[in-house]
Amino acid sequence: MQRGTGTMTATRRKQLYREYLGHYLTFACAVLLIVITLAIVVFIALQGLATFFANHINPWQFLFSTRWQPDRPLSEGGPLVGTLAFTVGSIAVSLLAVLIGGPLSVVAAVFMVEIAPGWGRKVLQPAIEILAGIPSVVYGWIGLSLLVPFLRHELHTLGFSLLAGCLVLAVMIIPTVVSLTADSLRSLSRDLKEAAYALGSTRWQTISRVLLPAARPGIMTAIVLGLARAFGEALAVQMVIGNTRNLPASILSPMTTLTSAITMDMGYTIPGTAWNNALWSMSLLLLLITFGFIILIRLVGRGRVYR
Amino acid sequence: MKARLVDHLATFFFWLGAGIILVLLGALVGYLLFKGCKWIDLDFITRAPENLKAGGGVGPQLFNSFYLLVLSMLFTVPLGVGAGIYLAEYAGNGDVNPALALPRSKRASNFLLAALNLSIETLASLPSIVVGLFGLLIFVVSTGWGYSLMAGALALTVLNLPVMVRISLEALHAVPRDLKEASLALGASRWETIWKVVLPAAFPGLVTGGIITAGRVFGEAAALLYTAGMSSPVLDFSDWNPLHPNSPLNPFRPAATLAVHIWKINSEGLIPDVRRVADGSAALLIIVVLVFNLLARWLGSVLYRRMTAS
Repeated sequence: MQRGTGTMTATRRKQLYREYLGHYLTFACAVLLIVITLAIVVFIALQGLATFFANHINPWQFLFSTRWQPDRPLSEGGPLVGTLAFTVGSIAVSLLAVLIGGPLSVVAAVFMVEIAPGWGRKVLQPAIEILAGIPSVVYGWIGLSLLVPFLRHELHTLGFSLLAGCLVLAVMIIPTVVSLTADSLRSLSRDLKEAAYALGSTRWQTISRVLLPAARPGIMTAIVLGLARAFGEALAVQMVIGNTRNLPASILSPMTTLTSAITMDMGYTIPGTAWNNALWSMSLLLLLITFGFIILIRLVGRGRVYR
Repeated sequence: MKARLVDHLATFFFWLGAGIILVLLGALVGYLLFKGCKWIDLDFITRAPENLKAGGGVGPQLFNSFYLLVLSMLFTVPLGVGAGIYLAEYAGNGDVNPALALPRSKRASNFLLAALNLSIETLASLPSIVVGLFGLLIFVVSTGWGYSLMAGALALTVLNLPVMVRISLEALHAVPRDLKEASLALGASRWETIWKVVLPAAFPGLVTGGIITAGRVFGEAAALLYTAGMSSPVLDFSDWNPLHPNSPLNPFRPAATLAVHIWKINSEGLIPDVRRVADGSAALLIIVVLVFNLLARWLGSVLYRRMTAS
C-alpha cells in the first residue's frame, strides 16, 4: 500500500482513527498520574508553607523545638508550634517496628523460598496476603482492645505506649517485607545456589553466605519500604500510642507521631490559624520524607548483585 | 559436624519464624471472628447507628462502604488499566520483535518515562493521610462539595491508581509475546491487538488484581476521614433517586464507612457499647476482606481456565 495516494479505504481509515484514539486516551491516563503527583506536591506545599509566610513561624523552631502550644494567645507571645516531639515519635515508633518485624519477615521469606517452598506457597503465601488485607483500623482496634489492656495489667503502666505502637506496626509491615524479600530471593540465579552446594556448603551456609548477600539490595529495599509504610501509618498508631505531646521518656510512655497529630487535630482547628497551618506543614514534612524514602530506596536497591 | 549442627539449628529457627507468623495470623483472625461474630445479626447490619445510646447498628456504614467501593473503582479501573496499557504497549517497544515495534519517535521519551515512574513510585508510597488531606483541599473545599462520597471516591482513586497501574502492567507483561506478534504480523493495528488479543489474555490477572485492590478500598479509613467525612445523614432506604439529599445513592452526601466508623466511635467514645459495635464491625470487615481474597483466587483460576481452554 502506498501512502498519500488518497485511496484509503473506509475500513482502514476507521482502523487508523481508533489507533490514534487508543494511543492518545491511554497516553492521557498515564499523564494524569504525573498531573496528580504534581498537584499533590504543589497544593500541599502551598498550604504547608503558610505557617512560615503567613503566620511568621521560624522554620528552625518548627522543626527543632519541642514546645507545642499552638493556641497560646498573642498577648503571651503568640502560638508555638515546635514539632520535634512528633518527628522523634514517628522515627522511634517506625524504627522499632522495623527492628522487630524486619528480621522476622526476612526469616519467613527465606523459609518460603528456600526451606519449604511447598508449604510456603500453599500456607504462608496466602496467610501473608490475608495479613496484608486486614484494614489498618482493625489492627488499631486489636491493639486498643487486646494489646493495650494486656500491657496495662502486666506492666502496671498506662498501656498506651511507644511499645504498643511499634508492636502493632511490626505486624502491619510483615506482608510488605516478606513478599518483597521473597521476590528478590526468587530472582537470584540458580547457579549461585548450585555452586555453593557443589562446594560442600550446608543449607545454612548457602543461605547466610551466598543467597542473603546476593539478595541484599532487594532485602534492603523491602526493609526501607516497610519503614516507609510504618512511618506513614496514621490510624492504627493513633489508637494505641496515647497521644501525649512530649518526647517519649521510655518505651512504656505514651507519645505521639506526625500522622497521629494531624489525624487528631485537623478536624478541630480553624483554617488559617497557626495551629491548622502547622498541621499542613507537618503534611508537607511527611511528603518530603516520602521523597527521602524514595531516594533511599534507589540508593540501597542499586547495590551489586554479586560480591 | 559443627556445620551440620548449625544448619539444623538454623532450619529450626526458620520453621519457628514461619510458625510465629502463622500463629499470629490465626490468633488475630480467630480473635476478631470469635469476639465479633456473636454481635452480627440482621439487626446489627441493617439498623442505623446510635449517637449516644447503646444498641445501634452499622447499616448505613456498611452500605456506604460498598457504594464508595463501586464509585472509586469506576474511576480507578479505567484510568489504571489505561495508564498500564500505555506503559506496557505504547511507551516502550511493546515487548515485541523490534521489526513490529512502534517507531522510536512515537514512543515515550526517556524523560517522560522517568517522570511516569517517579510519579507512580511517589503516589504508591505517600502516607494515606496525606492523600486524604490533598482530597480535603481539592475535592472537598475547592469543588465546594463538602464532605461527600464523591470526594472520598476520588481520594481513594488517587490512593489506588498506582496499585492498579502496577497490577495492569504485570498482567499485560504476562501475555505471551507470540500472541502480540502474531496479531501484529497479520496486519492488525496496535490498538486492535491490544483490544482484541492482549486485554482478553490479561483479563484473569486484571480481575484478580482488581478485586484485591477493592479489598484495600473497603478497609481504608485515613484517606476518608476528611474527604467522605465521619458522619452519615439519616438515609431513606426507600428513596433511590440519586438527586435527593437523603437518598442512599446521592454521591454528594457525607458518608462514614465501616472502617471510619470503628475509628470514630473509639475516638469520640460517646456510645456506651463501643466494644460491641467495634467488635462487630471489625469482624464484618475481616469477613468481607476474606471473601474478597477467596473470590479473587477462585474467579482468577476459573477465568484462566476458561480463557486458556485448559
